[in-house]
Amino acid sequence: MTEHRVSYTLDSTLETVESAERSASELATEIGFDEDQVMQISMAVREAAINAVLHGNAYDPGKKVSLDFETTARDMIITIRDQGPGLDVSKIPDPLAPENLLKTSGRGIFLIRSFMDEVHIHPSKTGTEIKLVKHVGGPPAGGKEASQ
Amino acid sequence: MSMKTSTRQVDGVTIVDCSGRITLGEGSVVLKDTVRELLSKGQKKILLNLGDVTYIDSSGIGELVSAFTTVRNQGGELKLLNLTKKVHDLLQITKLYTVFDVKDDETAAVKSFN
Repeated sequence: MTEHRVSYTLDSTLETVESAERSASELATEIGFDEDQVMQISMAVREAAINAVLHGNAYDPGKKVSLDFETTARDMIITIRDQGPGLDVSKIPDPLAPENLLKTSGRGIFLIRSFMDEVHIHPSKTGTEIKLVKHVGGPPAGGKEASQ
Repeated sequence: MSMKTSTRQVDGVTIVDCSGRITLGEGSVVLKDTVRELLSKGQKKILLNLGDVTYIDSSGIGELVSAFTTVRNQGGELKLLNLTKKVHDLLQITKLYTVFDVKDDETAAVKSFN
């Protein structure tokens, strides 16, 4: 049962990244997640917002980012959508592979998966949707349930 | 809080005291510019004191990696000092903790350059 839901439509700007992170942090704190979990959630949302603004919409002022926060008795669910060409997850190299350790980018999705209990990525030709789930009182994050 | 840096010299080593957030945008640019300026002045022994850095995102991690490789490619050394638990944990899960030379004592860190 949905207890609370709020949606935002935001510009493809750095301010959106900051705003998404701040909103996630405030809501996670309100729900009662501990300090480490709040940091994990806010960082995952920040990284997803960066993907949407920077890699998805490429700062295009004509494209928007939508951000939904949903809380239930069991979960905090964050959904971020962009209007980009669609993220090809298979083309993201493993940032932990020795040959990629010194690369200066490509860690965002990895961090998201590390910090959230579930990650669902749905790319399409009209944009990418990333749904992030953190269980209230659930097991520590580590991407164990992560899926696409 | 945006990122701020200040530099000081100790026994030939440039210590960069960083505070705030190293994130996409201004924070990463400040770090990049600081390291670039030091290298242009021939200061190639760089110790980044991250004790007052409250937050790093993937872009900030990338900038740390970039600074590390840039300094190394110019024959210098860049080491990290005083990681907070958050930054330490981030470097652990990204496997970068073993890439960077991480120190927790400034005097010992300075000596390690020589």
